[in-house]
Amino acid sequence: MATHAAAIPGVTERRVYSGVMGWITTVDHKRIGILYGVSAFAFFMLGGVEALTIRLQLFAPEATLLSPNTFNSLFTMHALTMIFLGVMPMGAAFFNYMVPLQIGARDVAFPRLNAFSYWAFLFGGILLNLGWLGGAAPNAGWFAYAPLTSNEFSPGLGMEFYILGLQVLGISSLAAAFNFIVTILNTRAPGMTLLRMPVFTWMTLIIAILLVLAFPVLTVGLIELMLSRLFGIPFFTASAGADPLLWQHLFWVFGHPEVYILILPAMGIVSDVIPTFSRKPLFGYPVIIFSGITIAFLGFAVWAHHMFTVGLGPMATAVFAGSTMLIAVPTGVKVFNWMATLWRGSLHFTTAMHYAVGFVALFVIGGLSGVMHASPPVDSQQQDTYFIVAHIHYVLFGGSMFGIFSGIYYWFPKMSGRMLGEGLGKLNFWLVFIGMNVTFGPMHLVGILGMPRRIYTYPEGMGWTALNQIETVGSFMLGIGLLVFVYNFFLSLRSGAVAGDDPWDGRTLEWTIPSPPPEYNFATIPTVHSREPLWDQKHPELAHGALPSISGGAGDDEPVDPSTIHMPNASYWPVVAAFGLALGAGLMIVHPAYGAVGAVVALIGVYAWAMEPSGPEEH
Amino acid sequence: MLAACGTDEPLTTISPRSDVAGDIQGLYSLIFWAAVFVFVVVEGLLVYAVIRYRRRPGDGIPPQSHGHRLLEIGWTLAPIAILVVVVIPTWQVIFKTADAPDGAMRVEVMAHQWWWEVRYPGLGVVTANEVHVPVGSPVTVQLETADVIHSFWVPRLSGKRDMVPGRVNAIWFTPEATGTFLGQCAELCGESHANMKFQVVVQEQAEFDAWVEAQRRAPDPPQGLAATGASLFLSKGCLACHTFEGTVALGVIGPNLTHVGGRSTLGAGMMNNTPDEMARWLRDPSAVKPGNIMTRDGAMYTNAALALTEDDIAALAAYLGGLR
Repeated sequence: MATHAAAIPGVTERRVYSGVMGWITTVDHKRIGILYGVSAFAFFMLGGVEALTIRLQLFAPEATLLSPNTFNSLFTMHALTMIFLGVMPMGAAFFNYMVPLQIGARDVAFPRLNAFSYWAFLFGGILLNLGWLGGAAPNAGWFAYAPLTSNEFSPGLGMEFYILGLQVLGISSLAAAFNFIVTILNTRAPGMTLLRMPVFTWMTLIIAILLVLAFPVLTVGLIELMLSRLFGIPFFTASAGADPLLWQHLFWVFGHPEVYILILPAMGIVSDVIPTFSRKPLFGYPVIIFSGITIAFLGFAVWAHHMFTVGLGPMATAVFAGSTMLIAVPTGVKVFNWMATLWRGSLHFTTAMHYAVGFVALFVIGGLSGVMHASPPVDSQQQDTYFIVAHIHYVLFGGSMFGIFSGIYYWFPKMSGRMLGEGLGKLNFWLVFIGMNVTFGPMHLVGILGMPRRIYTYPEGMGWTALNQIETVGSFMLGIGLLVFVYNFFLSLRSGAVAGDDPWDGRTLEWTIPSPPPEYNFATIPTVHSREPLWDQKHPELAHGALPSISGGAGDDEPVDPSTIHMPNASYWPVVAAFGLALGAGLMIVHPAYGAVGAVVALIGVYAWAMEPSGPEEH
Repeated sequence: MLAACGTDEPLTTISPRSDVAGDIQGLYSLIFWAAVFVFVVVEGLLVYAVIRYRRRPGDGIPPQSHGHRLLEIGWTLAPIAILVVVVIPTWQVIFKTADAPDGAMRVEVMAHQWWWEVRYPGLGVVTANEVHVPVGSPVTVQLETADVIHSFWVPRLSGKRDMVPGRVNAIWFTPEATGTFLGQCAELCGESHANMKFQVVVQEQAEFDAWVEAQRRAPDPPQGLAATGASLFLSKGCLACHTFEGTVALGVIGPNLTHVGGRSTLGAGMMNNTPDEMARWLRDPSAVKPGNIMTRDGAMYTNAALALTEDDIAALAAYLGGLR
């Protein structure tokens, strides 16, 4: 554990560690971003294995590879893993790494809280998966409708892993959301007004606000479910005068904004990638921003479209149909603006650009199928069939994951200093693109032919067999495509071409600094004068105004001595606090009172965290 | 699978055989073609842009356009226009299909893990996993559940509607063709959710009336092997859960078996009703339908002294098969 000495007399040494302890105690947003990304990708691959196992079972009618309960656990855990442990934290990886770089900051507003968010995510994810070890993985669906989740119908500990795992993940998400709201609002470089922020940073701000408003609703639902299971308080029991639909309302008031929490990072990424590789500014920047805000706002007004079949009555059904369809307007506007950005551009088809254009193409399909079941009568046929499975995978895989892959190929050079191989990248893209369409495309058809979701088996003679076989073949192609990515990732990390500061002819601040960036990011905090400061600096003849686009930044003549830059201490207390939180949640599964042990550990962590110096102190 | 279903795609959502399912299908067609139109335009423009504006050697920096107000207004209004075309018929169908017409025949269906109890109030008929209705007259199906949430769905006759504890939901439709239509539970309801099926048998009015008459009549008294089965039915404890009208068996946990021999399927639509399949079911219900409480709670499966021999099974199958 080496420590470097700060070079200023009269100031205590700044505490930093190297090696594994360096990663565990890091409060550097870039290292935390990498931790998020690597952990999330590992969970994503686990969710992929769960999906492939499901596809094997459904390859043939009357297959007996999996028991019904194992199958139910697999689709439940597949959804939970992909949503909470894969896609959301991959978004968080980019928020962490890129937002401070895009806004010209040295770190996030609360670096130790940021470390806490990551560790709570990791421990929460492990806790959620621990159920597998005891044969008690949750199996009532990720939506966990009451009363199937009651002790009577879900005996065993599966639902406890679900409840407490998600509670820990919720605390992680909320801490991160507050952190990013404060970071984006308060730590932007001078001159970076809100309407000069890169779109990815804008979408991060919107997502953080969505998280703060939506996740507590799920927290309340989970607490009620926990109380009903542990102490028999009948929040959802019809025979005790309560209503099981209360759970559905709470779940979807969270669950629908959650969909936008999953898709908006991708929309932000492609809004940065498409202009870069088109060598044009984003078309209709303010409109894209306002569309994002509108989508987020409407996201709270459409939850009951998940409940069209429960019998809400015609008036409520008609109102929610209308509000749901309205979402197509801002999403359509975004798509048209991306296409207008491509139009008359000079399109450079890197792998990142492949994924960005693939995102637009596939997201349109997911959007159009979404309009179909926004119509409640049509939904009454499509709800809970494979048509919906097709829809969500076009939106979440074709949408969110394509956006995230675009971001990985785009920003890997900045993060690692090396290029992510383009040859293998194209192979990865085409295998994933074709595999994804072969997997999820036929699901539209099999859904129209009435195949319900979440059935562990189906008989012959339904017209579904051939389509299921095509889907399974496609899913393995998709899996191979992802393995090509993993290979490409490690190969490029070791022997990729050196990237340099600005390999893509970038337009925004992150490309003004070295790759990988130094810990303090910007030697001098830049002053920003336009929306695309780097581009305008490179092409002053094209800029609108006469002002320099960046001043006092990397291009400045007088570099600052990095050792004088005030940076926070490393700390292991966020890890202790997060571990105490997950430990307490885990022990509560054994007995509610044991949770106190974890609470004590968490409180020690929080107390020591509050008392330790956050950075070098002057004597 | 079940020969009675009579189509290659028995759960297809786009081959309606009732007025309500037809309205839904019409709406789906409209939205489908609107979506195809948007798909072709948008993906066409995208593919065109990708090919046309690909960077070529020697290309300079393209014009740096930042936006265009009229275009923005245009492509905000265009989706609104398409949505208006879609939302108005949507609202029309919602309200048109909301309430059953006066005088519709009422059938009550109560969902259980994992089977369907079917009652005809007024006709005094109780059956399971099979709904008989006359063709050409509206029928309203009242939907309730005895345990968790289930969803009643016969795609060719109607969209689905959930059965939620504490609520009484309903759907209605007017069947427009005779035939047997497959139904399926459409909400995850536990271990054997996949195995929770049923059939709706649409008949000419006269056939329906004859069916009702048969359901109200006691089955013929059992003879021979079937008579042995009848006494086993009472001695093995079946009566604790199953009703057999006209006897002391009045259990209400499992399906009413008074006319079980006349139904076309067994185990909630899982298999054809043949003596062999009945025997397979009796031998080990959980092997057929995992999680089934008959294996868990039935005396003949939990109490070694009451265990069924192959002879018992043959007798019971003969008896139950004859209850028409």
